Amino acid sequence: MQDPEEKQYLFDKPENVSRLLRGFYLICGILFLLDFVLHRHISIIWEKIPGFYALFGFVACVILVLVAKEMRKFLMRKEDYYDVDE
Amino acid sequence: MWMSELPPFVPFFIAALLVLFTRGLVRNAILLLTPVLGGLHLWMNVPEGTLMSVSLLDYELILMRTDRLSLLFGYLFHIAAFIASVFALHVRDNMQNVSGLVYAGSALGAVFAGDLITLFIFWELLAISSVFLIWASRTNRAIHAGIRYLLFQVASGVLLLAGALVHYYQTGSLAFDFIGLEGIAGWLIFIAFGIKCAFPFLHNWLTDAYPEATPTGAVFLSAFTTKVAIYALARGFPGTELLVYIGAVMTCFPIFYAVIENDLRRVLAYSMINQVGFMVCGVGIGTALAMNGAVAHAFNDVIFKGLLFMTMGAVLYRTGKINGSDLGGLYKSMPKTAMLCIVGASSISAFPLFSGFVSKSMVMTAMIEEGYDYLWLMLLFASAGVFHHAGIKIPYFAFFAHDSGIRTQEAPRNMLIAMSIAAILCIFIGSQPQYLYSLLPWEVDYWPYDTTHVLAQLQLLFFSALAFVWLNKQGLYPPELHSINIDVEWLYRKLLPAIGRYAYRSASQLRDSLSGAIRITLQGTQGVFQRSQLPEHYLGGSWPTGYMVMWTAVILGGYLLLDYIL
Repeated sequence: MQDPEEKQYLFDKPENVSRLLRGFYLICGILFLLDFVLHRHISIIWEKIPGFYALFGFVACVILVLVAKEMRKFLMRKEDYYDVDE
Repeated sequence: MWMSELPPFVPFFIAALLVLFTRGLVRNAILLLTPVLGGLHLWMNVPEGTLMSVSLLDYELILMRTDRLSLLFGYLFHIAAFIASVFALHVRDNMQNVSGLVYAGSALGAVFAGDLITLFIFWELLAISSVFLIWASRTNRAIHAGIRYLLFQVASGVLLLAGALVHYYQTGSLAFDFIGLEGIAGWLIFIAFGIKCAFPFLHNWLTDAYPEATPTGAVFLSAFTTKVAIYALARGFPGTELLVYIGAVMTCFPIFYAVIENDLRRVLAYSMINQVGFMVCGVGIGTALAMNGAVAHAFNDVIFKGLLFMTMGAVLYRTGKINGSDLGGLYKSMPKTAMLCIVGASSISAFPLFSGFVSKSMVMTAMIEEGYDYLWLMLLFASAGVFHHAGIKIPYFAFFAHDSGIRTQEAPRNMLIAMSIAAILCIFIGSQPQYLYSLLPWEVDYWPYDTTHVLAQLQLLFFSALAFVWLNKQGLYPPELHSINIDVEWLYRKLLPAIGRYAYRSASQLRDSLSGAIRITLQGTQGVFQRSQLPEHYLGGSWPTGYMVMWTAVILGGYLLLDYIL
């Protein structure tokens, strides 16, 4: 289906993707370091952990995805599962 | 224009009737002007404290009762109806146009209802009118999903009516104010609201039916039913602690499903339960800040979830596909839709300067203030998860990811306009929240933009995204697969029918073996009789039944005669 003559789009070039990712990593790094520069108002005990939100966000999402992946093992069925009676 | 006591649902119902008999430009004008004029009227002419009732037999139906809470939802539903109407303007199918208007009108009727019977009437109208938006897909799957949807919604209505009657019996009043979980009436009404609110285990109608609706129908559906339920909870059960726990569960469990779900509109349906969970938590906490957060989040959710449903509707409309496994690379042919989808995704993920941020943070702050530390962690987990499954997954798998090779056109102009209005509102509310805050029902001094909040939220979101990038690069991210995942619906779509079939089979087996046994016994008896000498005698022959009937009649007649003579 893809036309070889077709115009090159933004993310067709791998270097654009890696440029985007590099910028993204940079922002992540800056945000993490800002935690030590800016004064954060602490209202709950966990917030005292340096970089709490960054760590929490990363770990939470990895756990979320890995658990969901495990859930597939017993939840996943074929698309016509409900359409056929056994 | 018209008098201030005119209940807001009336113009919608009249418009629905007119749409039945019109077409073309006139019909389009009716579809667009009804929410605009109705909304302007509500905004300018209807003050707080308006009351309008009609007498039906001996009973007073309060069709309109305005206060800051009902007015806010009133404005919201007019905006939602307008955006959805613009989005659906190309639809020639009058079944959808009419049911969309009746549905929006019923939602308005429900939020302005001053008593439980009026609420019940509109509660049921919501169910009946909205199911046509599902059936309008006209597929076998949609028809069955619609029937299941209707069963849940009608059950909710029946519970509400039962609760209302018990409530009347106990208190002598049918006013729709604070109800609380005292006694059976409170519980019945609570569960009725809970079904429409998609409480855990009662949620499956939503993820079952919404993805089967038409591309435009899903936009209407996403706006009204659950938000009416949130309104009802906010009025009937504010500060009910149980709601905090229910809400926390609602925020967490759907995100696991959303990660592995293939149908992108079903992903949005799961994420809707997750967002409603935040609102339920807010209502459960019940402080002024939390309540404001709950209704503000309902307000924002209608717009950003509507926007996301619109972008996915546009994709479905243009490509005929909605599964993540079939899509990808659509930014090449639908760049505007892709941008608008990213705005919606940023809003639902609560990025600073987008609308989700200014309302969700109120609920989160209230949660800390009231000391729900661990539940707050659950909500924080859910916040990160929202970004993961709705914020990244939806735009990524539809518009980027691997190129599916699909080349299509940009969404039609009316869809682009509708999506743009929603996107502008998302950014406007997110960056200028004071206007929304000034409409909120309770007096609270709150401002979301300080270093702590913004930094914390940005860290949370960016590192969630980092997790996505890392998992993808490691090949750990679950691929989109042609599949479905079993949920609570398995109980009534598989287990219950299986039990039914088993019971039927067992019963027919039992019948067969019983009748066999009886037949054999009879045949045996007959054999014994035949072999004996009895059949040779006159009385032992086989007599027709008619003889017995005749002789019985003769005997009875004889008795009658004797009785008469003696």
